[in-house]
Amino acid sequence: MAGTAVLGRLKWEVADVVEIVPETPRVKRIVFEVPGWAGHRAGQHVDIRLTAEDGYRAERSYSIASAPDGTRIEIAVERLDDGEVSPYLTDELRPGDQIELRGPVGGYFVWEPTEGGPLLLVAGGSGIAPLMAMIRLRAAARSDVETRLLCSSRSWAEIVYRRELDQLSGDGLTVAHTLTRTQPRGWTGYTRRVDREMLAEVAQAPDESPLVYVCGPTPFVEAVATALVDLGHEARLIKTERFGATGA
Amino acid sequence: MSLISRGFRGRRADGDPARVPPGQYLTPDFPVLSAGPTPHTPLERWDFSIVGEIDEPRRWTWEEFQALPSEEVTVDIHCVTKWSKLDTVWRGVSVDTLLNEVETSAEYVVEFADGGYTTNLPLEDVTGGKACVAFEYDGGPLEPEHGGPARMLVPHLYFWKSAKWVRGLRLLATDEPGFWEVNGYHNYGDPWREQRYWGD
Amino acid sequence: MDELMVDGNAVAGLLQQVFAIEMTTALGRCNECGAIEAMGATRVFRGAGIVMRCPRCDNALVTMVTDDERLWVGFPGVGTLEVRL
Repeated sequence: MAGTAVLGRLKWEVADVVEIVPETPRVKRIVFEVPGWAGHRAGQHVDIRLTAEDGYRAERSYSIASAPDGTRIEIAVERLDDGEVSPYLTDELRPGDQIELRGPVGGYFVWEPTEGGPLLLVAGGSGIAPLMAMIRLRAAARSDVETRLLCSSRSWAEIVYRRELDQLSGDGLTVAHTLTRTQPRGWTGYTRRVDREMLAEVAQAPDESPLVYVCGPTPFVEAVATALVDLGHEARLIKTERFGATGA
Repeated sequence: MSLISRGFRGRRADGDPARVPPGQYLTPDFPVLSAGPTPHTPLERWDFSIVGEIDEPRRWTWEEFQALPSEEVTVDIHCVTKWSKLDTVWRGVSVDTLLNEVETSAEYVVEFADGGYTTNLPLEDVTGGKACVAFEYDGGPLEPEHGGPARMLVPHLYFWKSAKWVRGLRLLATDEPGFWEVNGYHNYGDPWREQRYWGD
Repeated sequence: MDELMVDGNAVAGLLQQVFAIEMTTALGRCNECGAIEAMGATRVFRGAGIVMRCPRCDNALVTMVTDDERLWVGFPGVGTLEVRL
C-alpha cells in the first residue's frame, strides 16, 4: 500500500486515555483508545489538541510509537520543563480523561515491511517514537529486513524503550546506543554525539542503499542527515522527522 | 465548542484585561515565529532604504542609521496567533524621522525585508508617531531571532505588520498586499476589531 | 539552521483536511529553482501562518493559515502538484 489511497477528510476525534506509564524519568508512554480508529502506518503521527475552559487552545503533534493494534495507539511524551503541553500530558492527564486528536497523519515518513531494506534508523532521545512503530511492526510481521538502530540518549536510564529494544534485538535487528552525558560503570559503548565516524561504523555501506529514517530534535536530525550524505548515502533515501523547538 | 481538557490551563500571564484585544491571551514569554530562515546580514552590508513614489530615494548605512535621533518606546504587541505581550520596551528611529523632508504623494507603503518578506499598510499608519524602525529590545541589541539588527514596530496593528529584518519602505500610490495579506490574512489587521483573516 | 524548522510532514494533518488525500507525498515544482520535491520534505516554518519552503532554495512554496473553521492555502511558489490517486 505504498503510495496513497483516498483517505477522506480528517477531523478531530475524541479519544479516551487508557494508560499512562513512566518509561524514563522524563518520558511517559500514553495509550489512547480511539473509537473508529482504522489503523495507521508505522511512522505516522497524531495531532493532539487541548482546550482550556476559556477557549485557549494548544496543539501538538506526537508520533505513534505502537504498531497497528486495533483501536489503541501509544505515544511517548517527553516532559519539557518550560513546555506548555508536555507537562500537562505527563503530570496532569489521567486514565479516564478524554482528549481530542486527529490522525493518523503523514505518508512521507513511513515504512512498511513490503518496502524492504536494509533499514537504518537513527533516533535522538524521544525521536525513537516513530522508529519504534517501525521496529514493532517489523517484529509483528516477522520481517527479516536487516535493520540497524543507532539511538542517542543522555544516559542509560533515559533510553526510551530500552528494555523492549533489548528484547527485540537479534533476528536481523542490531541496536547501538550512544550515551552523551553520563554512562554506567563499565560502559564500553559510544559516549559522544552522533557524528560522521560513528555513522560510518554503525550504518550499512552506502552501496547497500539502506532506507534511512532519522528522528529527533531539529539540530540532531540536521547533523545526522548531513553526515550521512557526506558518507555517500543518497539524499533521496534519507527521510527526516524533525522535532522543532515548539514541540513543548 | 470542542471538548474542554480537564485541568489544562496553558501558560498564560496575568495582566489588565482592558489592554488585551478580543481573542488574545497574554504570554509570559516572547514567542519566536518566523516565515523563513533567520537572515544574517552583516552590519557592514546592512542598509535601510526608502524607495518608490519619492523625489529621491533615501538610504542609510548602519552607522548613519545609528546616528539618527532614536527614542525608547513602551508598547503592547499583539500577534494574530493569539498571544499578546504588554509593556514591551524598544528603542528605534521613528518613521517620521526617516520621512522627514521626503516629498511624496504616496498613500501606501510596503515594508520589505531580508528573505523576501513584505507587508503593506496605508502611509498614515506608519506616520504620526505610530511606527518606528527598532534596533533594541528590552535594553539590548535586537536579537536575530526577534528580527535583529532592525525590525519595524507598528504596535497598533497585528504584529505581522511589523516586519522582522526590515531593509526599507517602498512608497506607493496604490495598495499592494504583502506576503500574508495575499495568503489569507486581513489586509489591514486591527486587533481591536479582530481583523485577522480575509473578509473579517 | 533554525531550531524552529520542521519537515513538511509535520503539517500533514492540515493538508489532509483540505485535500482529503495524502499530501505529504505529493510532488511540487519550485517556481524559483525548478526542484521537484515531496511536500513532506519541505522545510516548514511557523510564522503568523505556516510556510513550506523549497529544501533547495528556500523559496516559499505553500502557505497555510487557519482559524478553527477555515483554511487558507496559498501556493506562492508552486505552479503544479503531482498527486497519486
